[in-house]
Amino acid sequence: MSGTLDKLVRMANQIATEFANQQPARAADATSEHLRQFWDPRMRQAITAHLAAGGAGLGDIAREAIGRLDPTSAG
Amino acid sequence: MAWLGEIDLGTKAAPVTGPMVSLIIDGQAIDVPEGTSVMRAAALIGTNIPKLCATDSLEAFGSCRLCLVEVEGRAGYPASCTTPVTPGMVVRTQTEKLKKLRRGVMELYISDHPLDCLTCAANGDCELQDQAGAVGLRDVRYGAGASHLGQAKDVSNPYFDFDPSKCIVCSRCVRACDEVQGTFALTIDGMGFASKVAASQAEDFFSSECVSCGACVQACPTATLVEKKVAEIGTPDRSVITTCAYCGVGCTFRAEMRGEELVRMVPWKEGKANRGHSCVKGRFAWGYANHKERILNPMIRASIDQPWREVSWEEAITHTASEFRRIQAKYGKRSVGGITSSRCTNEETFLVQKLIRAGFGNNNVDTCARVCHSPTGYGLKTAFGTSAGTQDFDSVMAADVVVIIGANPTDGHPVFASRLKRRLRQGAQLIVIDPRRTDIVRSPHIEAAEHLALRPGTNVAVLTAMAHVIVAEGLVDEAFVRERCDWSEFEDWAEFVADPRHSPEATERMTQVPAANLRAAARLYATGGNGAIYYGLGVTEHSQGSTTVLAIANLAMATGNLGRDGVGVNPLRGQNNVQGACDMGSFPHELSGYRHISDDATREMFEGLWGVPLDDEPGLRIPNMLDAAVDGVFKGIYIQGEDILQSDPDTHHVSAGLAAMECVVVQDLFLNETANYAHVFLPGSTFLEKNGTFTNAERRIQLVRKVMQPMNGYEDWEITQLLARALGYDMNYAHASEIMDEIAAATPTFAGVSFAKLDALGSVQWPCNAAAPEGTPVMHLGGFARGKGKFVRTEYVASEEKTGPRFPLLLTTGRILSQYNVGAQTRRTENSRWHEEDRLEIHPHDAEQRGILDGDWVKVASRAGDTSLRALITDRVAPGVVYTTFHHPSTQANVITTDNSDWATNCPEYKVTAVQVGRSNGPTDWQEEYEELSRRSRRIEAVAAE
Repeated sequence: MSGTLDKLVRMANQIATEFANQQPARAADATSEHLRQFWDPRMRQAITAHLAAGGAGLGDIAREAIGRLDPTSAG
Repeated sequence: MAWLGEIDLGTKAAPVTGPMVSLIIDGQAIDVPEGTSVMRAAALIGTNIPKLCATDSLEAFGSCRLCLVEVEGRAGYPASCTTPVTPGMVVRTQTEKLKKLRRGVMELYISDHPLDCLTCAANGDCELQDQAGAVGLRDVRYGAGASHLGQAKDVSNPYFDFDPSKCIVCSRCVRACDEVQGTFALTIDGMGFASKVAASQAEDFFSSECVSCGACVQACPTATLVEKKVAEIGTPDRSVITTCAYCGVGCTFRAEMRGEELVRMVPWKEGKANRGHSCVKGRFAWGYANHKERILNPMIRASIDQPWREVSWEEAITHTASEFRRIQAKYGKRSVGGITSSRCTNEETFLVQKLIRAGFGNNNVDTCARVCHSPTGYGLKTAFGTSAGTQDFDSVMAADVVVIIGANPTDGHPVFASRLKRRLRQGAQLIVIDPRRTDIVRSPHIEAAEHLALRPGTNVAVLTAMAHVIVAEGLVDEAFVRERCDWSEFEDWAEFVADPRHSPEATERMTQVPAANLRAAARLYATGGNGAIYYGLGVTEHSQGSTTVLAIANLAMATGNLGRDGVGVNPLRGQNNVQGACDMGSFPHELSGYRHISDDATREMFEGLWGVPLDDEPGLRIPNMLDAAVDGVFKGIYIQGEDILQSDPDTHHVSAGLAAMECVVVQDLFLNETANYAHVFLPGSTFLEKNGTFTNAERRIQLVRKVMQPMNGYEDWEITQLLARALGYDMNYAHASEIMDEIAAATPTFAGVSFAKLDALGSVQWPCNAAAPEGTPVMHLGGFARGKGKFVRTEYVASEEKTGPRFPLLLTTGRILSQYNVGAQTRRTENSRWHEEDRLEIHPHDAEQRGILDGDWVKVASRAGDTSLRALITDRVAPGVVYTTFHHPSTQANVITTDNSDWATNCPEYKVTAVQVGRSNGPTDWQEEYEELSRRSRRIEAVAAE
């Protein structure tokens, strides 16, 4: 993984962990929404492509959240 | 505004809440509030009773015996400053007997005062001189005999002199230091004729505990304490009210001028943020404005290894626009962006984000609040619905329990700290949550009830444990929560915090806070009356910064400490316009007023106003821009008034990002560290040279008024406008006020703001609109902006930054009173005499283990990098914790900090870095290489003689 991708994976997991702690029942939804609101399209496309390539390093909730992003616009 | 010395009514105003009292002074009837002094009542009808020891910023003292009056039916001649009005009182201020008494008193003062008025620095601005005239003194009979004349001046302070031969021992300086500043550095030493003003233990001012706030100088009625600049230039002949450009307190000053030359900055008594007080930075440290290193001409260069070449404004702007367009054509619309500055005005930040959104056509705009208070914006918006603090500064005077978390107000926000200390001396209780023993923990007449010296990085665990105590011990204000908050979310949160794993006893091992102290602190906050929380970057600059803000909001809601005077959640903003820069739409995901860019209605409104379509996707944040630059997809940046190389974390990564760009444009006063990597330098203007507004930490919008023409030729907003036009996006503002008019038209919370209103009212706190035409001092009075207050679970998640055998200590960073942020301004003033270099604070135990002596050079290494600086051994930090400031580029403390960041906002985790410390022989190789790079980068080509 590149340095930036490694960082995106770490950030996605951090967000997922927080939402899992805050609201376990809708952690993936909240994580996905957070990525849509605060990550620029290129970052979202990069993490979506990473998931499509196996998603090494991503936790379960982060995977689920990223999976809900639109892979074409990552929106 | 023409020169007008401020009117001094002699004594403080009495509270207007009491009954009114009618009396007669010199035949004139007047009604004043109970508790008013006779002196003040007289002044209110235009009768100025002679005085020397009285001034309306201090408690009445009654020592000079000049303000004597006659009161019908009373024997003697009471001092009017210490005599309160009574109903039916009949006062005479000018009788033959009074004239004779006053002349006698004044004759004694003058007999021991040098008669060098014509050459005195205070000539024409001296109360002693004025009062001698007022009492009609024409002769002094006591020529010979003992006197204090000829005593040596103390010129040790860089900004003011102390001449004891001119002192009349009125104690105004001592009282100002005690009552206004709260430092208690001055005293009257000796008795009777031997009485004299002394700093600390009769030391010179510079070596004493004096913090150079200037309160004593302002209070002095003679030239005993006088600004060196007044002695050098002469007395001012006009003044302009403006707002300080240091820190989030937002002090207002009278910029006192002689022609185009600034003589001195004197805190404005009517200023609602500072109430007539100042600190060493705002009062004195403005000399950077005409420092020899200031750049006044635009410069460009093709690559960063070349020297700079001075060019015309036209060439610089045309070149910059063409570079941005070239880059966008080659790498895409989103390959460029910009950074707004919290040091610039609202109008300037608004214009930069407009340039980027409308001119560049993307949302790659961010601001330095990213690296300080972005978690505040996120957390408070989530909990309360508004990204701002809840109170005004006055509110602290109604607080009963003050909790300071991760803030060092005596250094970072000194003028607010003085008011806070006044309230603490009146009896309010104090809780400090901070890894360091900051000065406020124990200072004259103040001692914190609890200092929770937590392990860095464990804020969430500590605050959740406090919540555990409040819930488990039944201290919740249930009525408040039921009325104001979402009850089901509260129940969920209460169940969460009540879990035994959050108890102080369970968390003690990781937080290092003794459970008994934590319980005591929680009980005190919940039950001690009005509880007010003030916090700083020790809260936000963590991987759980946003969670900590939410935890603070939870505590305030659970205890009902919101929605009235004396309580609240109060972020102490670092720079002067952090609040404003955030309000103005500087974040990449939101437009002004904190409205998300994807919100169609808001975006369409702006599209209509600005005449161009806007990107509906959030842009890159600063760290994301640097990552993208390293990845080769972000190629150009416009940076106004920021020095990201020095201020942002992980310097190596920042420099790599900047070096990877093809066009870095820096608009600043000086060739700062970021400019080492710049291709275009656009010289900026100081706060003295521009019109605009700053918004302080209490949401107070205040005017910045131009007191002199910009030395560089343009106000900063004009430069942005030139750039926009060159890019083909038309902007046509003739004055900064027109930009504010646009902000008001586009931003509901600013709808009622205009320069005219600010001029009339002095300031307003947003929201300022039809519902609150004069602003909103305290927010959430009847309910929260979002409706019901939101409780959020706050589970502690340990930072990924772990100590271990390689890096066994935790580094935390902060600032010091005399320096400001990256020091670009203060390092270019005499303030550096108090802080010439960054030092590493280390506990004696850790120092001894490493063989480190005080003053030794030490190398601090983290997984990000290393740097060397000298050690300061102190038990102010706990064992295992080291601390430094980041004011000096020669140290570059951020070489050590890492790329860890807050989960929600990417605010860097400055406050937790695992490091090792060892002795070294001096600067590291990197420091020496960087110094050489800086030297080479600052070369400016000599202009050929015409």
